[in-house]
Amino acid sequence: MGVALRFSRKHLGIPYALFLAVFVLFPLVLIVIYAFTDANGVPTFNNFTDFFSRSSNLYVLLISFVLAVLTTAICLLIAYPVAYILARSGAKKRSVYLLLFILPMWINFVLRTAAMKELLFALDGLGVYNVTDWYFVNTVIGMVYDYLPFTILPIYTVLIKIDKNVIEASNDLGANSAQTFLRTTLPLSMPGIVSAITMVLLPTTTSYVISDTLGNSKVTIIGKLIENQFNIGTADSWHTGSAISLILLFFIFGTMLLSGKFTENTNTRGGGLW
Amino acid sequence: MVKKILRSTYLWLILIFLYAPVVLLVVYSFNASTEIGSWSKEWNFSLYKMLFTDSKILNAIKNTVLLALSSAAISTILGTVGAIGMFYSKPRTFRIFNTVTQIPIVNAEIVTAISLALVCSMLLFPRTYGSLLLAHVVLTFPFVVTSVLPKLKQMDPNLYEAGLDLGASPMKALFTVTIPEIMPGIASGFMLAITLSLDDYIITNFTKPSTIDTISTYAYNAYAKNSANTSIPALRALSAIIFAVIIISVVAVNLSANRTVKEREASK
Amino acid sequence: MAEKIIELKKVSKIFDGTAVVDNIDLYIRKGEFVTLLGPSGCGKTTTLRMIAGFEKPDGGEILLNGKDITQIPPYLRPINTVFQRYALFPHLNVYDNIAYGLKLKKVKNVYVDKNGKQVVKYEKLSKKTIDEKVSKALKMVDLEEFEKRDVTTLSGGQQQRIAIARAIVNEPQILLLDEPLGALDLKMRQDMQIELKEMHKKLGITFIYVTHDQEEALTMSDTIVVMNDGVIQQIGTPKDIYNEPKNSFVADFIGESNIMSGTIVDNRKVRFIGHVFDMVDDFELHEKVDVVVRPEDIFIVNKDKGQVNGRIISSVFRGVHYEMTFLVGKTEIIIQDTIERDVGEEVSIIIKPDDIHIMKKEYLVNSYDGFITKDNRVAFAEGEFDCDVTKLYPGSRLDEEGYLITADNQKLDLNETPVKVEVPLDKIEIIDNEVDGTVSGEIISIIYKGDHYQVIIRTPEEEEDFVVDTEYSWNENDKVSVKIDPKDITLKLKVK
Repeated sequence: MGVALRFSRKHLGIPYALFLAVFVLFPLVLIVIYAFTDANGVPTFNNFTDFFSRSSNLYVLLISFVLAVLTTAICLLIAYPVAYILARSGAKKRSVYLLLFILPMWINFVLRTAAMKELLFALDGLGVYNVTDWYFVNTVIGMVYDYLPFTILPIYTVLIKIDKNVIEASNDLGANSAQTFLRTTLPLSMPGIVSAITMVLLPTTTSYVISDTLGNSKVTIIGKLIENQFNIGTADSWHTGSAISLILLFFIFGTMLLSGKFTENTNTRGGGLW
Repeated sequence: MVKKILRSTYLWLILIFLYAPVVLLVVYSFNASTEIGSWSKEWNFSLYKMLFTDSKILNAIKNTVLLALSSAAISTILGTVGAIGMFYSKPRTFRIFNTVTQIPIVNAEIVTAISLALVCSMLLFPRTYGSLLLAHVVLTFPFVVTSVLPKLKQMDPNLYEAGLDLGASPMKALFTVTIPEIMPGIASGFMLAITLSLDDYIITNFTKPSTIDTISTYAYNAYAKNSANTSIPALRALSAIIFAVIIISVVAVNLSANRTVKEREASK
Repeated sequence: MAEKIIELKKVSKIFDGTAVVDNIDLYIRKGEFVTLLGPSGCGKTTTLRMIAGFEKPDGGEILLNGKDITQIPPYLRPINTVFQRYALFPHLNVYDNIAYGLKLKKVKNVYVDKNGKQVVKYEKLSKKTIDEKVSKALKMVDLEEFEKRDVTTLSGGQQQRIAIARAIVNEPQILLLDEPLGALDLKMRQDMQIELKEMHKKLGITFIYVTHDQEEALTMSDTIVVMNDGVIQQIGTPKDIYNEPKNSFVADFIGESNIMSGTIVDNRKVRFIGHVFDMVDDFELHEKVDVVVRPEDIFIVNKDKGQVNGRIISSVFRGVHYEMTFLVGKTEIIIQDTIERDVGEEVSIIIKPDDIHIMKKEYLVNSYDGFITKDNRVAFAEGEFDCDVTKLYPGSRLDEEGYLITADNQKLDLNETPVKVEVPLDKIEIIDNEVDGTVSGEIISIIYKGDHYQVIIRTPEEEEDFVVDTEYSWNENDKVSVKIDPKDITLKLKVK
């Protein structure tokens, strides 16, 4: 007697699993293979040792790190008060403001960055800014500008969910507003802060569009370094690029594990847009 | 009171920071100057004329929109199928599915980009519109999954069973009960996919054939590679138009959303 | 008697290694209103879901009109369900909700073609037929003209009716109702009970109803199936179940009752609370029994005028009657009467022979299969308990190395020896945390038995039960642990 295979909802997972295997997992496996082989396909660690033995590469790592930490810190410092004020405003005012803050996110990322370039040049023209010499500052400004809305949203989402009674309870128990903020609101909004950090930290080390557009090609970040390897097109440059990618992946998943985020279900990019 | 003013001032300062570049660009778009950061005395629509006669930019716009729509459509189907498939799998299978689905989200775009480029070269697959489309699907489908999953979680599990109970086959119940129920999630996943596809530069750059340009790649080449690029002025006009379109559509969406909420409340 | 419409034969369902439904046998006759009654987690909903086809049994078979339907999917069964939270399709209006099943249905039509041959066609119902059926169903539930309404704007009671209409419009042979009134308020619930009963009469089809509300079950059903722990405790008419509960679980679950320990002392005579009462059941002499008396079946008379003297220690007004607690010796008895007696008053009570219900004692002693460990402890029910192994062999002793020396000087290694372990119900100590006792578990049941509580503690892994008689009240689902004095553990060698 043949067993009739009836359609069940979980069967939809089969084609999906195939897609994941071929277009998500397999490409990553390829990176690993490339990273540990040379141009002739011989297994080697040279791609890594070469990378770490070049001081220019280490400088790129350092610049990326400084840039990422600086941008993230500035974003947080600006975004937290914004999110806090928004979360405490009246419902109607809140929704209008929120819309105003996330509206720029819809404008094409490259054009948005280009607009900042135009603004900086205009300020230069007025004599209040120096575009050509302050290329690092340009990059930081551009990154803060691009990622600020992405920092505001997750913090706002967490702040708005905090039960007002908790704040009142804290006041009731004798904490003044500063103490209440430090001991109640801030700890409760930690998940939002962590999510904001992971959302900004990673792109700032890799999204070279901003550093290219505003950094006068003088600011090289890891993302750019990888791109360069793939543009050089020598026999082993792809292998070097893969090795750098793998190092980057190592950092990414390290950060994710640290923030306990990998298992959670949050949209990092574009979260809350729709 | 003072506090209130301080708060508003702060919010508006940040808003000025966020909007100044865009507003400047909109103003510039009516100026005849063709250099970055400089004004001319002439105010006219010459940049718009440039834009609408530049076949390269027009092509890039067309490519961008088509790519966004088609990749978002494919992503939406794939992501919905995946979300339903994984949600009704065993808990352990679900966790594996979910973890792998999150990879393109948490991964750096550049790593996803080169990994796909490696697949192309490995399979001797030339960079075509097909590879570009596929890359955008990989970029956007996880977001469809993450917008559909919560809707599946919210859905009363008895609804699907009610469908079966009333005589619908599993496939029929899927289309007449589950899909309509999770439609809001599917729709927002589709919109999110469009937004992400429109915005993307890095993945596009690594998977596109040299003959195809999108707004992102075109603008990057114009602004980042060569400051004296002649198409920059036309891009100002383009930015202004995009900004206008966004404002109009966002306001329209919000107004209609408000209206449906009010209608709902009124009908109760 | 009507024929059996549905029959469950040795049906079991296992979730995560636990038998939620354990080997049950049950049949239901055509046209009956049957209620599956029991506390949450007793397996009643799972049983219903297996009849509907949403769950496949892990053992046994389900017959519909004598045919095995165990493998038939729900959409091919002529059975419809009213779900607990209605499960109306929010994206469809009232009409489309009710018409959902009709639109999917195909009916067999026979035509005669030009050549005079008969042609059989399976066709969808016409729009007109569907319209008629929907409005008829709406009329049935008193919601005419509601076709175009959005289901999310309806009240709970209205949604409930739509859910019923959506099910009965398909003319099922059996209607399954899974706690359909659970989400309604009391008044609405009582109205719906009457309406459902009337609907059952009008439709003439079989209703299988699931509830945890004993009052609902007693009001509506022709037959009640009381379930607990995946096992059927009793099947009977509401009257039978109420008046002749088969065991203390049923007695405790259905209505209020006093459960006391008694002994059969003579033919049709039982002794409890220090008095010998006449009764009507035949039981073996000297048998230990549980005696059940309903609070409303006890009459209070003045001191010395009744069978047993005692004192009223509390009285609460309950609307129609007073609920009083009568203390005799250490036993508390609940009595319901319309005349109040003062707290502290010495009174006497009378219980008529008809109102004394005798049940066999379920648990006389805890017994387990265990084995002796290498350090001469006994392992059973997920724990290792200290015990006196020398009791296994009369006159034996232990030597310094832990070997047992029997009376005739044989040296024995008891390690791994299988034994039968017995512990009296009142010799187990319950500890209010999970760590201080020998074995931890969860309280799964607590029944008041007049002068003490009978608590059942279940271990998490092997699901062994400790039945404990204790004077302290505990809560169900408490996590506790148990301790047993070594001298109270009786060991017997297992006969190989």
